[in-house]
Amino acid sequence: MAHRSAATDTGATEVLHGPRKVGRYALLIFVALIVLFPIYAALMQSLKSGPDAIDHPKSLLPINFTLDTLRAAWKIGDLGRLMLNSVIVAVTVTLGVVVTSLLAAYAFAFLAFPGKGPVFVFFLATLLVPAELTVVVNQRTVDSLGWINSYQGLIVPLLATTFGTFLVRQVFLTVPKELREAASLDGVGHFRFLWEVAIPLCRPTLGALALFTFLGTWNQYLWPQAITTDDAHRTIQIGLERLKIGDISRLNLVTAGTVIAALPIFVVLIVFQRQLVRGLTAGAVKG
Amino acid sequence: MKRKWRDLPVALGMLAPSAAILGVFVVYPLVRAIQLGHLRCDATGKRCREGGWGQYVDVFRSNEFQHALANTIRLALMTVPIGLALGIGLAVLADKQIRGVGFFRTVFSSTVATSVAVASLVWFVLLQPQVGVLPDLFHALIPSLKQPGLLQDPGTALPAVALSSIWASLGFTFIVMTAALQGIPRELYESAFVDGAGGWMRFTNVTIPMLGPTILFTSVVLTTRAFQAYGEVALLTQGGPNPQRPTESVAYLIYGQSSLIKNDIGLKSTAAVLLFFVLLLLAFVQFRGLDKRVHYGS
Repeated sequence: MAHRSAATDTGATEVLHGPRKVGRYALLIFVALIVLFPIYAALMQSLKSGPDAIDHPKSLLPINFTLDTLRAAWKIGDLGRLMLNSVIVAVTVTLGVVVTSLLAAYAFAFLAFPGKGPVFVFFLATLLVPAELTVVVNQRTVDSLGWINSYQGLIVPLLATTFGTFLVRQVFLTVPKELREAASLDGVGHFRFLWEVAIPLCRPTLGALALFTFLGTWNQYLWPQAITTDDAHRTIQIGLERLKIGDISRLNLVTAGTVIAALPIFVVLIVFQRQLVRGLTAGAVKG
Repeated sequence: MKRKWRDLPVALGMLAPSAAILGVFVVYPLVRAIQLGHLRCDATGKRCREGGWGQYVDVFRSNEFQHALANTIRLALMTVPIGLALGIGLAVLADKQIRGVGFFRTVFSSTVATSVAVASLVWFVLLQPQVGVLPDLFHALIPSLKQPGLLQDPGTALPAVALSSIWASLGFTFIVMTAALQGIPRELYESAFVDGAGGWMRFTNVTIPMLGPTILFTSVVLTTRAFQAYGEVALLTQGGPNPQRPTESVAYLIYGQSSLIKNDIGLKSTAAVLLFFVLLLLAFVQFRGLDKRVHYGS
């Protein structure tokens, strides 16, 4: 920290004193209030009772805190079921992506086989194809497989990503070739080498991959909406909309639903904050 | 030579799961969509006839696609510069060695926790004149606004959608910009200071150029997000208000519940392939720019 204070008043991370410090705090607090306002408003609306929502629809100060609206949203929206669907889909996809990425990355990093270069380019090319294009055809594919309104339909198409393969491969490439060769001379097979040497080496990367896959799958909108029509398989993101269809005086049910839906992700993010920041900035900052 | 073939069975086994999924659900849809893109189908989507490859040109020139493309570009023009400016502003604001700055960083990052659906529904309620306070606030600030609420007014519906998505992306932009700021070498600020540069000069002559690659990266991500805008449109406006449909994005034109081409697999494919090429072009143009500027500092 000493070298930091030596840089006083020269850089972006200068140390502030006196009135400038007070001013900075005032500005930070003001901006924080604006950023948090939508979340605060949603929370206040969802803690209002039904009659209060009708009598004081715009009040954002606590009147009588009650969990009734949250409970009602949970029941009317069948949020327990939706949440369970989201958990099943997101957890399965996350595990699947970790496994398929590990295997493919291992092949690209440690194995020699004819056509490796072209196959890798083929994998990379898929990065350029957005879901907005593939959903048109995938909807039909899943329909012809009889997978509309099923967990298979929600899960299987997402089970492999080039992003994951590429990420893990980058770590595997840092493993010295001699290590694999020595292991192979000792009679260590590929799967044992993967399990005992390669996986322990890329644990942080696997953690980041799992976190991003989980969040991405949990938050997705287009695909689950395209292939679910009944409530039994809807995910929470799609199912929330049902709370919107109703009386305008029941809008606090909508905010209650969003509060419930957002809660697990807030918890996940607080627990994994450091991994998230590291992952988000990995691609962005390195010049 | 022998070594080259020895690993083949294992490699095939390890690549098979990924290759199968990517083949069936990414590559096949791409090829198939390009093929389907020249079909013209009836309202049920069952009977299709050959529309010819000229259909790509026809759809691209059609009023509907041009309208949706223009809306999407307008959305990007609002969300990208404002989102970037806010992200950089917040990052600079919180880039001080003062007590409690970590708390503010957490607050500014917090919107990464919201999904498209959650953010859109929160803003949907906030923007309803019956329950939300924002319509009153906006009305007080700009008296010329009509009362029915921003989402119901064709003039303000798209800015309202943009507002929701700017807020939802703010956490991401802030996190990325904060990390980039911390990577700027201190000496650059010190020498700028010695040269007599004031705070604003240091910001424009040191901070902004050094953030260059990150700004480009973030603008690629934000622009791509705008071009993929679907959930926010579906939940906030359904492309409306009618009849002007100022919020109908290209993605909503293809997938929206109230879209005219909802059942026409041919036209949907054409539009989806066109959107794909627009996104490809965007990525190409912006990464070319990124490539040039990446060497700036080193």
